[in-house]
Amino acid sequence: MQLEQLPLRQKRRIASIDWSLISDSEGHRLRSLGIDEGAQVEALHRGIFWGRDPLAIRVGRMTIAVRRKVAAAIICEVEAA
Amino acid sequence: MMVAQPLIALVGNPNAGKTALFNALTGARQKVANYPGVTVERKSGRMALNDGRPVELVDLPGAYSMVPDSLDETVTRNVILGQQEAQRRPDALIIVVDAGNLDNHLRFTLEVIALGLPVVVALNMIDLAERDGLTISAEKLSAELGVPVIETVAVRKRGLDELRDAMAALSANAGGNHELTAAPTDDRKVINARARQIAKAALISETAGRQWTRRVDSILLHPLAGPLILFGLLFVMFQAVFAWSDAPIGWIEGAMEWLGGIVASAIPEGLFQSLIVDGMIAGVGSVVVFLPQILILFLFILILEASGYMTRAAFVMDRLMAHVGLSGHSFIPLLSSFACAIPGIMATRSIMDQKERLTTILVAPLMTCAARLPVYTVIIGAFIPAQSVGPGIGLQGLVLFVLYLSGILGAMLAALFIRKGITKSIGSSFMLEMPRFQMPRLRDILLGLWQRAWVFLRRAGTIIFAASVILWALLSFPNVPEDSDMTQAEYSIAGRIASGIEPAVRPIGFNEDIALALIPAMAAREVAVSALATANAIDDSGDEDEVAQTLGQRLAGKWSLATALAFLAWFVFAPQCVSTIAVTKRETNGWKWPIFMVTYLFALAYVAAGITYWTAVYFGLG
Repeated sequence: MQLEQLPLRQKRRIASIDWSLISDSEGHRLRSLGIDEGAQVEALHRGIFWGRDPLAIRVGRMTIAVRRKVAAAIICEVEAA
Repeated sequence: MMVAQPLIALVGNPNAGKTALFNALTGARQKVANYPGVTVERKSGRMALNDGRPVELVDLPGAYSMVPDSLDETVTRNVILGQQEAQRRPDALIIVVDAGNLDNHLRFTLEVIALGLPVVVALNMIDLAERDGLTISAEKLSAELGVPVIETVAVRKRGLDELRDAMAALSANAGGNHELTAAPTDDRKVINARARQIAKAALISETAGRQWTRRVDSILLHPLAGPLILFGLLFVMFQAVFAWSDAPIGWIEGAMEWLGGIVASAIPEGLFQSLIVDGMIAGVGSVVVFLPQILILFLFILILEASGYMTRAAFVMDRLMAHVGLSGHSFIPLLSSFACAIPGIMATRSIMDQKERLTTILVAPLMTCAARLPVYTVIIGAFIPAQSVGPGIGLQGLVLFVLYLSGILGAMLAALFIRKGITKSIGSSFMLEMPRFQMPRLRDILLGLWQRAWVFLRRAGTIIFAASVILWALLSFPNVPEDSDMTQAEYSIAGRIASGIEPAVRPIGFNEDIALALIPAMAAREVAVSALATANAIDDSGDEDEVAQTLGQRLAGKWSLATALAFLAWFVFAPQCVSTIAVTKRETNGWKWPIFMVTYLFALAYVAAGITYWTAVYFGLG
């Protein structure tokens, strides 16, 4: 499931990221922020105004704001216990 | 033989508490400058190790990676590798990590350790991690990383002695020039996995801690409450600039009057007395009076930044700014530009998208900076009655709010035109870490305020002082003949220059007073006020009644309301600040963009002043 569609407050593991949907610099910044395959994520807050963009997500112990377009490239799965 | 002091650099992710640690280690012995060629701030300071040996400490910009995404990160990388111009390579590094955010901060730590330089890790904010329910073992972390790890709480000065001891051991081991043993690597997959693994190993126990940052966020980032809180906060901020500054402004005015009186009685009447009293004291004093307002504005901005709210404001504003090709990233520099466009333009270096960065630089001067406040305050004070238009809302404050709003709307429209017309796309991106909320430390805020106050006073003592004295000379010569019916200001060189300019600005309602003030105000906007003050001070020497009047009262007697409003509208847009133009040239590597910026802003200023003037005249205010 795309992180963009994930209900709030549900912990998931990142299964894959479709790097073709985002720019190189966005991809590099994502990885520098620790958002890559295997990381645990959770959507915390949805944005303001129409469009409910951007999203506040939690990766590890860090809260990061990303736009929906980027969140749509992140595919999540339920963590194996 | 002179032995250079060891140079130690503080590095780490943004929000690791680096600056608080830097302040705790160096105290007030700090120097803020720029790296040559780039507008990234270089903060350095001196400190003594426990055995008394002096060390130079430099605080590098926060970085997520040794492979840079932004100008900030580029500088950090270059300094660490010894590739930054005019900056020797640090002999050792202190890597600052947030104990409550280990898996994220260890990535950069691993990249830096891999270089093979002498390092010590400061496991910072260990108290906040404990509050969050985390127990972390510094020994295990040290064993995994293979470097010394010291627990610190910078804001409470915990662990500083131990850190200084570790630094002493480092510089003893370093023994001069350490070679880099490896080039920076960017194998993210390996580094990220290793960081997660080490963070897990160092974590002894984890209990569900208090999650109040998350709870506060659900209010501050709420789709409806979030924007309301942000706009409420901004409104309070701008009202406070006026409401809280009354008393201190009175004190400064009193002090200037007292000083003028002393000088006037100590120096015999004549040209020299006029130079000191009318030129220096009236000119510089009319600007220094605005120090309280500027400091109130910076106080708000510093608190918003230190508490972590600024990034929430960026989150709230992102969607709105996306419509004009900007993002939440641009919001932070633009808000800083309300204090001064120069730090604002410098703060754009953290914007990843280069077109978005350029656009932000070009519209930053439209944000109402503190230098406009002197102009706005004098004119509003003189022409807008101090009456209430609602509970807690004064008419003067409301007019000020409208001026701020005009600047913001102007900036949004300009951004849209620039993105559509010049950069041809309005794509932007937004990815921002939102740190935990923190109580701002009084000491850090005061230090920040002191640095801003010093920059302002230095400007008043140099640029504004020089402009005041030159203007005084231009206004004082040649002497008006006894039998002339012209005033001294009209007869002087400055007056003649002004009458040359006046025809060009007459169509937008400007008079000779304004034409005279506009030229020296190119140096800095607030000089417009000191120019008006000096011109008026020279004109009424001798008339006791007029001397007692304030500048505002004099202007109110001479200008029409329509002219005053047009003057305000002009200053919403006009790029009258050489420092901003210079910093734009440096940041955009050439004259193309500063020339574009100056041209479009003057055009906007002329049109806005004209529309304001003729609309006001139509309504009978001329």
